[in-house]
Amino acid sequence: MTLALILEQLLNGVQFGLMLFLMSAGLTLVFGVMGLINLAHGSLYMIGAFLCAAVAGATGNFWLGLMAGIAAAAAAGALIEVAVIRRLYARDHLDQVLATFALILILSEGVRMIFGPFPLYLNVPDALRGTVNLGIVDYSLYRLALIGFGLAVAVGLWALIAKTRLGIQIRAGESDREMIAALGVNIRALYTIVFALGAALAGLAGALVGAIQSVQVGMGEPVLILAFVVIVIGGIGSVKGAMVGALLVGVIDTMGRFLLPRIFATFLDTSQAMGVGAALASMLIYLLMALVLIFRPQGLFPAHG
Amino acid sequence: MKPLKTAAMAALVLGAASVAEADQVTVGMITTLSGGGAGLGVDVRDGFLLALDMAGEHDIRLVVEDDAQRPELAVQIAERMIQSERADILTGIIWSNLAMAVVPATVAQDIFYISPNAGPSPLAGANCHPNYFNAAWQNDMLHEAAGQHANELGYENTFIMAPNYPAGTDALTGFKRYFEGDLAGELFTQVGQTDYAAEIAQIRASGADSVFIFLPGGMGISFMRQYEQSGVDLPIISAGFSFDQDVLPAIGSAALGVINTSQWSPDLENDANAAFVAAFEEAYGRLPSLYASQGFDTANLILSALAGAEVSDKDGFREALRAADFTSVRGSFAFAPNHHPIQTVYVREVVEVDGVLTNRIIGTAFEEHRDVHGENCQM
Amino acid sequence: MDNTRKEWLLNAVLAGALLGVPLWAWLANEPFIVTLATRIAILAIAGVGLNIALGLGGMVSFGHALYLGIGGYVAGIAAHHAFSGMPVLGLAGTNQMLPIWAMAMLLSGIVAGIVGALSLRTSGIFFIMITLAFAQMGFFFALSWPAYGGEDGLPIFLRNQFPGLNTARPWEFFLLAYSVLLLVLAAFALIRAARFGAALMAIRQNPDRAAAIGISPFGIKLVGFVLSGMITGLAGAMMADLTRFVSPAMMAWTMSGELIVIIILGGVGRLFGPVAGAAILVGFEVFFGGVSEHWKLWLGLVLLAVVLFARGGLIGLIAGRARHG
Repeated sequence: MTLALILEQLLNGVQFGLMLFLMSAGLTLVFGVMGLINLAHGSLYMIGAFLCAAVAGATGNFWLGLMAGIAAAAAAGALIEVAVIRRLYARDHLDQVLATFALILILSEGVRMIFGPFPLYLNVPDALRGTVNLGIVDYSLYRLALIGFGLAVAVGLWALIAKTRLGIQIRAGESDREMIAALGVNIRALYTIVFALGAALAGLAGALVGAIQSVQVGMGEPVLILAFVVIVIGGIGSVKGAMVGALLVGVIDTMGRFLLPRIFATFLDTSQAMGVGAALASMLIYLLMALVLIFRPQGLFPAHG
Repeated sequence: MKPLKTAAMAALVLGAASVAEADQVTVGMITTLSGGGAGLGVDVRDGFLLALDMAGEHDIRLVVEDDAQRPELAVQIAERMIQSERADILTGIIWSNLAMAVVPATVAQDIFYISPNAGPSPLAGANCHPNYFNAAWQNDMLHEAAGQHANELGYENTFIMAPNYPAGTDALTGFKRYFEGDLAGELFTQVGQTDYAAEIAQIRASGADSVFIFLPGGMGISFMRQYEQSGVDLPIISAGFSFDQDVLPAIGSAALGVINTSQWSPDLENDANAAFVAAFEEAYGRLPSLYASQGFDTANLILSALAGAEVSDKDGFREALRAADFTSVRGSFAFAPNHHPIQTVYVREVVEVDGVLTNRIIGTAFEEHRDVHGENCQM
Repeated sequence: MDNTRKEWLLNAVLAGALLGVPLWAWLANEPFIVTLATRIAILAIAGVGLNIALGLGGMVSFGHALYLGIGGYVAGIAAHHAFSGMPVLGLAGTNQMLPIWAMAMLLSGIVAGIVGALSLRTSGIFFIMITLAFAQMGFFFALSWPAYGGEDGLPIFLRNQFPGLNTARPWEFFLLAYSVLLLVLAAFALIRAARFGAALMAIRQNPDRAAAIGISPFGIKLVGFVLSGMITGLAGAMMADLTRFVSPAMMAWTMSGELIVIIILGGVGRLFGPVAGAAILVGFEVFFGGVSEHWKLWLGLVLLAVVLFARGGLIGLIAGRARHG
């Protein structure tokens, strides 16, 4: 096992973590501002990937597809917010879980009715093909670009929340919902915008990741569960927590899958070690989440006390 | 347009359920029509329907139902088909775990089960049954062929990888059964895994000269996309499942040149196959997959047996099935004593023809190959 | 007629229909309907289990499929070892339902005790998520542990035995499941009427006041959670015998979601809520699954309508709001 291999795995973990951050940021914003738990967030990821694949396929241009994916996810998010989600803010978490569970069923079958049962083709843009030499390791240019995208979005999101008028309203909404109404902010519009923003981030993640994964119905659910793990570890409602949680989950999951089988191989035969190591690696992040919650029941960065 | 047409055909068949006639034979098809694995089930169903269509007059009443890839739902549907629809024959299951849930109880009730896809080893060996026939392959078969062909290609240090579940373990075991070189590494991935960066890094660091993978469905698509972008350019060898018509359009150019093994290929030269491929394209507007060919063969096997015996005459019908007196699109086809195929396994290469990715036969891995589990079958 | 009487009447109709319809089907030689009724009864048992945690205690567990799976694997593993004659951990396998049920409830109870003790330190959405995390751990463990089939699952070749019954006959197995359902419903009614149930509901409605009058929220909730897990585990063992098959799919997060769906469709905290909910869900699967490939879309729409417009579920719709808020 060489240093180059370990470094490459670390990069992989960071890249995976940053994509998880794009998913988690929307989830955690929606929870922080509106107090809503949205299981259908994974469906918005799926919508982003499908629209990106469809438009990129029709026009031959990945970037047009990416725009379409983001726009479609945001539009779907806004539509869902106005039609359904809006009625759930005053409800308890149980109703929210149920209603958004129902949305998953509806959106998944809906996408399948429109696009058919077969996976769609979406490839990385020509400009980002191939590998780039990072000194000691050749690394996929596209994955490097994903790291760049993730960081750029994180900075943009921070600037949006810290520096803009919308950001002030979002922060006000997180700490005191009655107050922003008193300040004359149009809460209904704010909520729709925040939900659409979260949806757009999910759509972006779906479109970006769709280029190196399979664009198929149901692709959103595994990511959704991981994103929940991330925001619970980070502290629900905290964007900073989502970033830390996403990187932790990304790196620990990647390194676990890489290292655990090797550790077991020191005292078991290869096939057995692979099986046991892979089994344990798949449970690792849930173990992490349970541990964090046991010692810090509100997550690492509890939002507003 | 084409999903509409398919749906219309299925609706027609489902609608026909209510007007059963006494002398008809009821075939229950339990297959996956929703969720991520729907592509395989849709192809098996469409291939089967096409065969019935091409046969013209026949006595088969087909009842199709979606198992959503859930074992407990498949068991429930099987019970409904046997008890309410009074099905004489069941077929259609795609996944080994669903087959293991449904088949033993079905055949024990003296109902025939003809597998169009899954071939788990227990059903070929210790749990084989006179009423169970497999019209596709035993699970290990295509992987064994990949191991055999890796020798011919002169691979000496291969990295092998599959998901961590029994079909994955069987795949690696099957490959190793015939492969004579060394293993540069052996990896189990998570079922349903979507990111393979960690695995690709290990392949790169392993010093392998080639890679064998078994990653069906979406897993294969994800892996191949990422593999192409990783700069690792070791040759890939695999069983046909990860490189057939259902996923090739989604993998795209990354699949070009991949060597894979299969008992069937669209360019296989025989009259039955040429007619099948043309009729399938005509009916559905897409190229048939391996799964469609298996659905087509399954229907023709059943039709051939019905021509020889009444299904109510269990022993006679079983003999008629065993004779396999039909023209398979894969050329020669016969049943071994454990009711699994004896067949040729071809080596294929992914090529582009008129802008469409498809497979072309480049060689033969095995002639008249049969599985190893048959020796445990007491029947 | 006041709402309480309406609810009792509705309960009687449901109990009668769940017995009467399969009885008719048995006489009319339609064994599949008997099997469906058995499935409804067993899902309802699982739902009653969850209803203790969710309906009475307000603990929204998004991981109850874990106990269903544990119960299922106990039945599967016991039968597997009885078939092969090899002991497991020093215990001989068995094909008798009674010891299997006892073991399923014991193991589910122990696991629910551990999960509950850790999870109940949190509340709200954190509780939902940590219960989900524990169920996911179980799911991935079952998926990748090769000894009992991994993802392929574990078939039970012959249904396990119950003294005096031939469980292979659909009608006799149905009667068994129906009797267990009645027992479990009686247990639920007793718990709800007892001081323990009152304390559980008091904690749900106002934890601070409950603490002020000397009720320890943690202890009461933990006991409720363990009871809930045990009953769901029992249902899991029976479910495995019904399908003669266990697989990790029993522990998937969508299964946890379905259990919640059952309770919501029927009516949260209502005695017969899980029975009504299970009947609706199974009915949907069977009738729409046969008609349209896209039945899940319709299920989603119905579910959404229930959550948005009919919060009391079927029983709430017919018998009005529950007495206990």
